[in-house]
Amino acid sequence: MLKREEVQHVAHLARLELTEEEEIQFTEQLADILAYVEQLKELDTEGVEPTFHVLDMELPTRPDEVELYPDIEGILANAPDRADRFFKVPRILEGED
Amino acid sequence: MTVAAPAKVQYEAVIGLEVHCQLSTRSKIFSSSATAFGAPPNTNIDPICMGLPGTLPVLNEKVLEYAVKAGLALNCTIAPYSKFDRKQYFYPDLPKNYQISQYDLPIATHGWIEIQLSDGRTKRIGITRLHMEEDAGKLVHAGSDRLSGSSYSLVDFNRAGVPLIEIVSEPDIRSGEEAAEYVQELRRILRYAGLCDGNLQEGSLRCDVNISVRPLGCETFGTKVEIKNMNSFNAIQRAIEYEFNRQVKVVEAGERIVQETRLWEENSQRTISMRKKEGSSDYRYFPEPDLPPIRVTEEQKARWRAELPELPGVKRRRYQEVYGLSVYDARYLSDERNTAEYFEAVIAAGADPKAAANWMMSDIASYLNTHKLDYPDIALKPETLAELIALIEQGTISSKIAKEILPELLEKGGSARALVEAKGMTQISDSTLLEQLIAEVLAENPEQLEQYREGKTKLFGYFVGQLMKKTQGRADPKLANDLLKQHLNG
Repeated sequence: MLKREEVQHVAHLARLELTEEEEIQFTEQLADILAYVEQLKELDTEGVEPTFHVLDMELPTRPDEVELYPDIEGILANAPDRADRFFKVPRILEGED
Repeated sequence: MTVAAPAKVQYEAVIGLEVHCQLSTRSKIFSSSATAFGAPPNTNIDPICMGLPGTLPVLNEKVLEYAVKAGLALNCTIAPYSKFDRKQYFYPDLPKNYQISQYDLPIATHGWIEIQLSDGRTKRIGITRLHMEEDAGKLVHAGSDRLSGSSYSLVDFNRAGVPLIEIVSEPDIRSGEEAAEYVQELRRILRYAGLCDGNLQEGSLRCDVNISVRPLGCETFGTKVEIKNMNSFNAIQRAIEYEFNRQVKVVEAGERIVQETRLWEENSQRTISMRKKEGSSDYRYFPEPDLPPIRVTEEQKARWRAELPELPGVKRRRYQEVYGLSVYDARYLSDERNTAEYFEAVIAAGADPKAAANWMMSDIASYLNTHKLDYPDIALKPETLAELIALIEQGTISSKIAKEILPELLEKGGSARALVEAKGMTQISDSTLLEQLIAEVLAENPEQLEQYREGKTKLFGYFVGQLMKKTQGRADPKLANDLLKQHLNG
């Protein structure tokens, strides 16, 4: 059974702030989803290769050629805060993960 | 590494290394921005490496080729089928909040390299795995270079999406010296193969150390600590030596080692605690849905293997076994591909390997050092060095003369024989001429001759000097000595 602490942990890893009601609600819903997926274990997968990707296609590659992106200012304009050409972010606390 | 403890317990270090190497591609791993070092902040960025919505990564074909070549050069098994995964964590230098890496199906596994220690001893270090991943951006901390001292940080994403391979070693390393040599050998191999420039200062090669201690003879591992932030081979060695002593003291005091990441502080020459280690499950890896699995065919593997040059370890051994060079000489000559290729070209032009080694490691090395040059930069062609060596062997010039004309050949190139002839520097081996000159020397120095003949034989050197002066050093030394002796005694 999924514990509420696990939901809190996963929410923290995803930087999601949940209310107490949401934690209770998500614990139930996630438990249901996990139980549903558990059904797959009933299948006999002996000799079946694992699937890592749903599309059976070759990996496309590109040649190693440099092409400068023409609108860098457009990207920088997305920064919530800037210092000249830099993105400016709040200081990083030591020990924070 | 071992130390004698007061309780007569000896400890050994168990060390494994994670080395990140920037692949020498022009463009990024999944987008077309440049990878060039030193560009102004945030110039080499684009919507893909910045993780903007609606973009799709496309793998740079050279990244796959270089990663497979690196795997082959490190004696790995190449996975015919592998994949990319998302490693998820939040940090301001990571624009997508995940890094595209490889988790459980890396491109290469089960390799090894052989390292040679300064005493000539060799040791095989296992390589667990090698995988491809993208680099993160760079944080510039305003106000202070200590993380906690900054009021804000600046982010430059030029490095974000730069292609890396991470090479993880087995815990086979036992000392700081072995660790430093392992990283140097990795660097040599990757530089030889043209896969990574190995520049530690620019961050194209970075190394994290995992180290634990245990009583000698113990089979189980102690709690491991990770050390980061070493940017020279020397720092790697000293950080390990410091950390080993620190851990032994903790264990001997009856305390427990804390699993954590520590930073090497170059100024104070110690490691300091940075953070408690996160479990790997916290990264919540899952297969990258934007990139289909990677397949490497036998044909690709064979082609890329054939493109690899002879690697430094093989050269080192060949130089010792075939050419009879010392461990030290073989290491010097095989250290850089340019040096090795020059050396081999000199031998191919007919020179004796030991003579070629001596010239390269003395006069030429100091010339390169002084002028900050590399072998391909000098005007002295390998064939000319071989010619110069041949002139000495044939007795046309003395090695003293050869040393005198070398600077001009290094600067201007050209034929050694032509230069010797133009300068009239050929050795005098004509005994009639030499005897005539000796007679002159004796006639000019009657006092010394008398003293010599009365038993002051150490004046012999004086007469040799006079004869050399007369011939501008061109007298064949052996013949001159023999003739001089005859005339002085007769």
